[in-house]
Amino acid sequence: MSAGAVPIEARARTASGPAPLNRPNLRARLGRMVLPVYTGLVVIYLFLPIAVMIAFSFNNPAGHQNITWQGFTVEHYLSVWGRPDITGPMITSLAVALVSTVLATTLGTLMGLALTRYEFRGRGLTSTLIFLPMASPEVILGASLLSLFVSVGVQRGFLTILIAHVMFNISYVVVTVRARIAGFNRTLEEAAMDLGATEWTTFRKVTFPLIFPGILAAALLAFALSIDDYVITTFAAGATRTFPLWVFGVSRIGVPPEVNVLGTLIFVVAGFFILVNVWLQRRSAAAARSRPT
Amino acid sequence: MAEVDVRLDRVTKRFHDVVAVDDLSLDVRRGEFFSLLGPSGCGKTTTLRMIGGFEEATSGKIFLAGTDVTGLPPYRRNVNTVFQNYALFPHLSVYENVAFGLRRRRVASGEIRHQVGSMLELVELPGYEARRPSQLSGGQQQRVALARALINHPQVLLLDEPLGALDLKLRKQMQIELKRIQTEVGITFIYVTHDQEEAMTMSDRIAVMRGGHIEQLGAPEELYERPGTAFVAGFLGVSNLLDGDVAEVDGDYSSVRLTGGTLLRAPRPAVNGARRVQVGVRPEKLRVVPISDGSAAGSGDLNTIEGTILDASYIGVSTQYLVETRDGQRLTVYSQNLETSGAGEALADGQQVRLTWKPQHTFVIGQTDDPTAQGALNA
Repeated sequence: MSAGAVPIEARARTASGPAPLNRPNLRARLGRMVLPVYTGLVVIYLFLPIAVMIAFSFNNPAGHQNITWQGFTVEHYLSVWGRPDITGPMITSLAVALVSTVLATTLGTLMGLALTRYEFRGRGLTSTLIFLPMASPEVILGASLLSLFVSVGVQRGFLTILIAHVMFNISYVVVTVRARIAGFNRTLEEAAMDLGATEWTTFRKVTFPLIFPGILAAALLAFALSIDDYVITTFAAGATRTFPLWVFGVSRIGVPPEVNVLGTLIFVVAGFFILVNVWLQRRSAAAARSRPT
Repeated sequence: MAEVDVRLDRVTKRFHDVVAVDDLSLDVRRGEFFSLLGPSGCGKTTTLRMIGGFEEATSGKIFLAGTDVTGLPPYRRNVNTVFQNYALFPHLSVYENVAFGLRRRRVASGEIRHQVGSMLELVELPGYEARRPSQLSGGQQQRVALARALINHPQVLLLDEPLGALDLKLRKQMQIELKRIQTEVGITFIYVTHDQEEAMTMSDRIAVMRGGHIEQLGAPEELYERPGTAFVAGFLGVSNLLDGDVAEVDGDYSSVRLTGGTLLRAPRPAVNGARRVQVGVRPEKLRVVPISDGSAAGSGDLNTIEGTILDASYIGVSTQYLVETRDGQRLTVYSQNLETSGAGEALADGQQVRLTWKPQHTFVIGQTDDPTAQGALNA
């Protein structure tokens, strides 16, 4: 700290030489450390549960409970495929997620296009009501769906789960896609038609490719929301078990390590897609940097 | 009589209560560089968009090379457009942008390659095929937009303020370039702009538009030298307008007595029997002479008016004077600095001067009661 006592004139004289150690310098160095440390803590906070999940997928537990570390094994990665009580609900979940994503994305994209592009009776009302499934508590939605299904007399199962998931996913898709369409320059469509493209060709060659990133983001969001939904699914499921329902049911006795295995696998697949996305973005950013002067 | 490429027959376009284009009729000749010139909101872009098929006319008919295209969508019309902000497809390369029209017509890929190559040469961008529009400068994007439209060999090329986004120097350069390309390909160009200098530089004919109708149509020099209305006189360059009455008409000339009493010689008014008129003269046609010179007043056939210099500003190539006549009218004079060698020799404020000009440089406008015409002059 004695360096801090160097008079200003002296510092000015040595300005051209190596900078003397003084208080502002130290503060700056501390300042430079705050952000990395803070970021590191947030990352740990976010990833610790995932790390535990992955670690315990390799655990070799003694009894029902997979909560204390007993020893390393890859056995569960092999045994999981022979347990239809686990893979069955997983397949149901994947099927619901895939089909509801495709349906919700298609319907939601068309709705988003209609709501941003056309003036029609009830447009304002629809725009507002579309937020309702997002804003209302899941438990309310689920309970109302259940009473609806019961009063109509529908057999609850795969189909009712699918209907419920499409319903709540549509709102998210509309909101996501609409943001992308709002920034879309309509002159591009006029230019396409000017160059001889019909309405359908214009949509295929210009509109769709340009709003595709929005549609993709909406689809990924819908898939993620669907595959781990618990609350609404409970009300709509009847006797059908999705993966989250099965895990919740079995957790009262003890979660087997196979659950961690499936969780880890889903995480790895998701991580792979994220890495691909990052790689694609880097590549297009690099292309943009080669802009001429 | 040259063939007509585009004919508008009493076309009107209404947006709700607003009449954007009002009963407009117009013939554009084949191979001509035609400009629609006017301030924003005059209906020039709407007119262009109706020819392109992007707006439907409320009433009236549009003909392309003699065929009625009024109800046809853009992709059924043999016209192409260069849009104001280029509207290049951001997800396609330069090559695919230019090839877009050919692909829609299912031209063979070898032929496409050949045509895109020669088109990029025409706009001086060979070697840019693989670039994305975002990797190009404004001027380069402009050229790609032009190539993308021209490759389809349209009957007519529509250009909607295509140089508006470029800086002044590049704009000047592109004006020359556009004119060169138009001469080279021989396609009819219809060019929308609010920049009178741009229109004058390139056009064979100009339609000056205001309030949804054509105020005056003619060659650039015709519009400049003999504007038919105060609006046209004010929109194309600076002009001095003086109020007066037609005193006498003999042959092609007339005598006009100004409100201040001065008698001027001018071409006879276009509107027969007009009494109340405005007499106009462009600032560069005026000669300014100090009265102390003792030169003979009203010598020969020249028009003469006397006044006082209110302001003199030396601007290099010329000196600009503001002169007030005895009866309070103000005239702008551009005097070329032919003999002076510095600012010191310019005439000073307060000096009594005589302005002279030739009667054939005078133009006569039938007086209008429209107050907006006066407003436009100050612009």
